[in-house]
Amino acid sequence: MDNLVRTPMTFWSSLNRSGMPVSDRGRSGFIFSNVFLHLHPARVHRWSLRWPTTWGLGIAALSAFLLTLITGVLLMFYYKPHPAAAYLSIKDIHFVVPTGRFIRNIHRWAANIMVVGVLLHMARVFFTASYRRPREFNWLVGMALLVVTLALSFTGYLLPWDQLAFWAVTIGANIAQSLRELTDAVGMTAFFDPGGLQKLLLLGSDQVGAEALIRFYLMHVMVLPLALAALLAVHFWRIRKDGGLARPADVGSRLPPPEGRVYPVFTEAPQKTYSLAAIVRGKTPAVGNGPENTVPAMPHLMLAEAAVFMLTFAACLALSLFLDAPLKEMANPAVPENPAKAPWYFLGLQELVSHSAFMGGIGIPTVCLVGLALIPFLDREEEGTGLWFGGPGGWRLALASFMFGSAAVLAVETVAINFGWIREWFPGTPQIVITFVNPGTLLTAAYALYSVWTVRRYDSTRAGAIGLFSCFIAGFLILTVIGVHFRGPNWGFFWSPSMWGGH
Amino acid sequence: MEGGMMDADALDREEDSRLAPEPMDRRDFLGLSACAAAASALGFGSLGILRLPKPGVLSSPSKKFRVTLPESLLPGQAFVPQGRPVAVYRDDGGVFAISLVCTHLGCVVKPTAEGFECPCHGSRFGPGGLVKRGPAPKALPWLSVKPVAGRSVIVDEGTAVPNGTKAAA
Repeated sequence: MDNLVRTPMTFWSSLNRSGMPVSDRGRSGFIFSNVFLHLHPARVHRWSLRWPTTWGLGIAALSAFLLTLITGVLLMFYYKPHPAAAYLSIKDIHFVVPTGRFIRNIHRWAANIMVVGVLLHMARVFFTASYRRPREFNWLVGMALLVVTLALSFTGYLLPWDQLAFWAVTIGANIAQSLRELTDAVGMTAFFDPGGLQKLLLLGSDQVGAEALIRFYLMHVMVLPLALAALLAVHFWRIRKDGGLARPADVGSRLPPPEGRVYPVFTEAPQKTYSLAAIVRGKTPAVGNGPENTVPAMPHLMLAEAAVFMLTFAACLALSLFLDAPLKEMANPAVPENPAKAPWYFLGLQELVSHSAFMGGIGIPTVCLVGLALIPFLDREEEGTGLWFGGPGGWRLALASFMFGSAAVLAVETVAINFGWIREWFPGTPQIVITFVNPGTLLTAAYALYSVWTVRRYDSTRAGAIGLFSCFIAGFLILTVIGVHFRGPNWGFFWSPSMWGGH
Repeated sequence: MEGGMMDADALDREEDSRLAPEPMDRRDFLGLSACAAAASALGFGSLGILRLPKPGVLSSPSKKFRVTLPESLLPGQAFVPQGRPVAVYRDDGGVFAISLVCTHLGCVVKPTAEGFECPCHGSRFGPGGLVKRGPAPKALPWLSVKPVAGRSVIVDEGTAVPNGTKAAA
């Protein structure tokens, strides 16, 4: 009976083993004895908490992901993944379901913020040289997260089964099939056709229909979110195991003195032994070396994270109140939209694809991903780690490279838009020539050569990486702007959408 | 003095032997073999599972359909049957059909007076379906056409024929 009376108390103490987090020690215990919080360090370096170190971009992307997760589950209450019902169920969500329109808007805006957040976070990690040893592997995990994020966006905008969705699936599946540009050139498509197999696996049929929709639905609500969650766990865990966020070697002299409320850690004799020190490689256990310049993760890190989450949430809500997620006419397999534009983050790719399907859709993205993946393995330098635009060249080089990247992409696009391309000059040119010599490949080659030149000029791979990455950003931005604003019906060039004319 | 040196050497030797890698135990070898066997079994099992998503039977409707061309159809004028991405023509040489699925990324092209234009990425094709400009890698395929009784023909979207093949109407 006594035990029964005491059950609430014993339950509480079994739930919260370390007691109320009133002391620094208690707060640390609160974090590392909680499965949801233990991805956090118990203490965090003061450098990591400065706003300019990260601008909170990674947490913003994570917050956006959590928002899509919650709103996505809510949308699944009403969404029906079949071509006959999908469009109408989205209409229902928009017009009939209580708060449905608002929830769908949040889902859509959070997805957009997630894409922006992931891209900006990547740029932050690059420009602060935070990908360097020992964080190379986490850079790769981050790239996998970027790919999964884009795949989630792609599979997501297919689900409403409107005109955008139908033609995006069609184009996406045919990009997967565009390996045929190569196999056709060698004449082996008849007996070895990986492109055709990819399309068949994506669509589950030889045309876009119910099988394709259910496959993309499965990817969007199940496979990709699980993959993303698993990768996220690895990503966060590696941050801790790699020693927290990257910081400059002379971090102590760069930080102001700690505030009065921050206490040193080892005020009492440690009660744990350092047996870990025998098996952990490197300098990880700070034996006899107090963790200077760190503060307890609770409350400092928690409050910063909560602030970023609330800001992201607020931005999402504000956008969702005023701007509705788009929904075009119901899918019509007979007539594509004109122009048929993907969401903004794929319009740079669409511009490349309008020069060559294989190169724009598979070749150049693969080259970009391989180039980005190689950066931490080629740049083994130490100068400037943890500092914005750290390393040889600095922000001047980044700016100059951005200018060069913009000039190159504008030049090649101007030629293509004004004078056409090889096929108009020499009719009958074989496709394989155009596959390998088109505005996209020339641009990629120009960026690669520029990067090699920067490596030579500064005698530094970091400088080359800054050159390449800045060019990449310039190319991505300008191609995206061209795709969003300057392309109209039949993918023609127009100075303004108001000049598109009647259709 | 000398004895002390000897002790240190002996200690070094012992240290070496403790740190040096040991030859593999029979037990370890068998354990690793079992792991390798399990890994390859799971690997082949996964390959077998991958067979499932590749459909054995395609659920799409028949690609053959019957068209009755209107009497008034002029030579060079496209007749697009309802719901089929195919343009059917009739001229002095006979009846022929050209697929309207762009060879670039599968959008449906629009027949115009000068040929065909694609709304998605700006490919242009000449009257016979040959690529004039844009990213399309191949000409629009001509499709098999078989005349049946009256003015009707049966077009097979699934069977391409060499460009220029016309069926006597």
